[in-house]
Amino acid sequence: MSQQQEYEKYYVPEQSPWPIVGAVALFLIAVGAGNYVVEVTKGKDGFGGWILVAGIITLLVMLVGWFNNQIHESMQGMHSNQLGRSYRQGMAWFIFSEVMFFAAFFGALFYARVIAVPWLGGASNNEMTGQILWPEFEAVWPLLRTPGGIETTAMGWYGLPLANTLILLVSSVTCHFAHVALEEKNRGRLKLMLGVTILLGLAFLLLQVEEYVYAYREMNLTLQSGIYGNTFFMLTGFHGLHVTLGTIILIVLFFRVLKGHFTPENHFAFQAGSWYWHFVDVVWVMLFFFVYIL
Amino acid sequence: MSTVTHDTQHDAHHHGAPTGIKRWLFTTNHKDIGTLYLWFAFIMFLVGGAMAMVIRAELFQPGLQIVEPDFFNQMTTVHGLIMVFGAVMPAFTGLANWLVPMMIGAPDMALPRMNNWSFWILPFAFIILLSSLFVEGGGPAFGWTFYAPLSTTYSSDSTALFVFSVHIMGASSIMGAINVIVTIFNMRAPGMTWMKMPLFVWTWLITAFLLIAVMPVLAGAVTMVLTDKYFGTSFFDAAGGGDPVLFQHIFWFFGHPEVYIMILPAFGIISQIVPTFSRKKLFGYASMVYATASIALLSFIVWAHHMFTVGMPLAAELFFMMATMLISVPTGVKVFNWVATMWRGALTFEVPMLFALAFIVLFTIGGLSGLMLAITPVDFQYHDTYFVVAHFHYVLVTGAVFSIMAAVYYWLPKWTGKMFDVTLAKWHFWCSLISVNVLFFPMHFIGLAGMPRRIPDYALQFADFNKWISIGGFAFGLSQLIFLWLLIKACRKEGEAVSPQVWEGAEGLEWELPSPAPYHTFETPPVIK
Repeated sequence: MSQQQEYEKYYVPEQSPWPIVGAVALFLIAVGAGNYVVEVTKGKDGFGGWILVAGIITLLVMLVGWFNNQIHESMQGMHSNQLGRSYRQGMAWFIFSEVMFFAAFFGALFYARVIAVPWLGGASNNEMTGQILWPEFEAVWPLLRTPGGIETTAMGWYGLPLANTLILLVSSVTCHFAHVALEEKNRGRLKLMLGVTILLGLAFLLLQVEEYVYAYREMNLTLQSGIYGNTFFMLTGFHGLHVTLGTIILIVLFFRVLKGHFTPENHFAFQAGSWYWHFVDVVWVMLFFFVYIL
Repeated sequence: MSTVTHDTQHDAHHHGAPTGIKRWLFTTNHKDIGTLYLWFAFIMFLVGGAMAMVIRAELFQPGLQIVEPDFFNQMTTVHGLIMVFGAVMPAFTGLANWLVPMMIGAPDMALPRMNNWSFWILPFAFIILLSSLFVEGGGPAFGWTFYAPLSTTYSSDSTALFVFSVHIMGASSIMGAINVIVTIFNMRAPGMTWMKMPLFVWTWLITAFLLIAVMPVLAGAVTMVLTDKYFGTSFFDAAGGGDPVLFQHIFWFFGHPEVYIMILPAFGIISQIVPTFSRKKLFGYASMVYATASIALLSFIVWAHHMFTVGMPLAAELFFMMATMLISVPTGVKVFNWVATMWRGALTFEVPMLFALAFIVLFTIGGLSGLMLAITPVDFQYHDTYFVVAHFHYVLVTGAVFSIMAAVYYWLPKWTGKMFDVTLAKWHFWCSLISVNVLFFPMHFIGLAGMPRRIPDYALQFADFNKWISIGGFAFGLSQLIFLWLLIKACRKEGEAVSPQVWEGAEGLEWELPSPAPYHTFETPPVIK
């Protein structure tokens, strides 16, 4: 072996039980969800829900165990700069994959607005569809009355959604300030800013639940309300799930900060969490424009 | 199932491979994980192949002979899903695991634990998919493309299991791709500049990018199928303002890059093998890199050529026709470069080279039939016929699968340290080559004559060709048992020891390592001149 001391040794971890535990967890989640969905919607009996819960618990155990190992290694200084780059690049590509997941639903929204709904109303070469199949149908967006006759009302952008937009935008700024404070070793401001970010995230989620309740109870806007309700709830719903995940990440980071983790040089986890938070923020801005305003 | 047990005296200052089942369950070693992926892919290849045998047995004669039509549909569906997601993609990921770190002088993949997770998700995902065949109401029967409303209104209740198994195999693919891409970006040895990377590494880098870009779109598509079927949404239902055509757009936005995911690594493999047995440098290295990148970029703007007959505006038909035909330019560059590499080379015809040559000729046939299908007006006749089946089996079986076999024969001595049974390998090659053409070539004719795909019965005039196709199919299936036997012998370390270089003309970092490659390699990065 030649003497190449200028390169740090890349840390290749020893064998780990966590990945296979994670695979079992996903197996249980997939089997459980696959059965539970059918049981719930068709009113059948079965164990799907329990298998799903078992899978989620297994996944949580795996995450705690795996991250525990990871944090331990990091605190012991086993991570080189090169490994840090691997983690950051890995996180960046993961966020790119998330962007593409949302792109599928935005694509469905754009297709419905620009092509599917106008065609149902007779645009392009579909005059006969309009005249024979659904002569009453009016192609407008938001689609408040489907060709099948389901009626709903549209969610405005003023009020609660606008407030939520401001909340998320401000939280992105406070998240950034927390990061700056971390790099400037100002632990007091780091805790404050990160805490404020978490509270804003929770406030967003609370208002989002409020909005959903209002939509279901007062506006007759549900997941079943035709393509408008479909795209509205799927896009905001998946975004809400991501905000939930992001908030959990931030809470974990907060406790790590309290324990004195992270240095200006070594804080990959914080950076990843902050990137993720900015990502959910950007998705929300897109949502606000394309789902609520336009 | 070990292909890489090492003589420990060679690993004096390495820690050798752990023993027992834990080695495979808990491993963080790229070579172990590569081996797991390759064996898994081969087992899935045999399972999916068995389903193809059911299909060909049913189609041996006209009339309903052996299975119920619904079961026939389940077989075509699960055969396709298994071969795409269970055989070809994991085989390429296995090769990437084994080879990319060795080729770029890295100690392992960048994220070794996640690597293990990516692999172990797969067997579970396919257990779910296969077990859904035994669920009341039957397994997925809507074709591997799961078009709505077949997968929504008209599907059985096992669709939810299908959806979630696709979700977790997608998660596996995305994590595998992130690992490959980060490894290549961040783990190259000093001096391994971009344009010195072996082409297999280049093609996998671009493949990994495609995977990360489109697997989430597939996740979106199955999610919409799930909510349409179970939760009352109407993404793909015109009565609710949606459109079944939307499904096809989303699916093929994933699906077309997906077919390049299954062929770009094959291009990389052929670009490694042909120079070795021509004893020349690869002709046009830089143009190969640019051609690969062009194919990948074009793959995002051609998806609707799968849907010419669905009723799109004329402008869209023309755009997608033209964009599709553009792909033949970079693909032609590749075929030209392989041929030019061989031109005036000192050619020898070892087994990997035989498969590589068969690849070049037969993949080109598949490419040319693809060009025919790209022409919108004639596609109206070819659409959903056996001509399409012939086309994609030429590019996927004699293309992707032959390249994987070429790769296995090429690198197997490096993995085991022993030369495989060459006589058996030649039997495997010639039996496969002849039978695969008996199997797929006549499909062009019956397709042009109008026989529709995915139907368990057919008109009498197609009977003779179908008989020969089925005979070719059974022969091709049996030929793979020769391969199985050969691989078992290779894993039991039978055969003569080989030199580090193995093949006379082989160049690259992996051929400078001992054969078999030690359990840990390049723990200190080599310096590339």
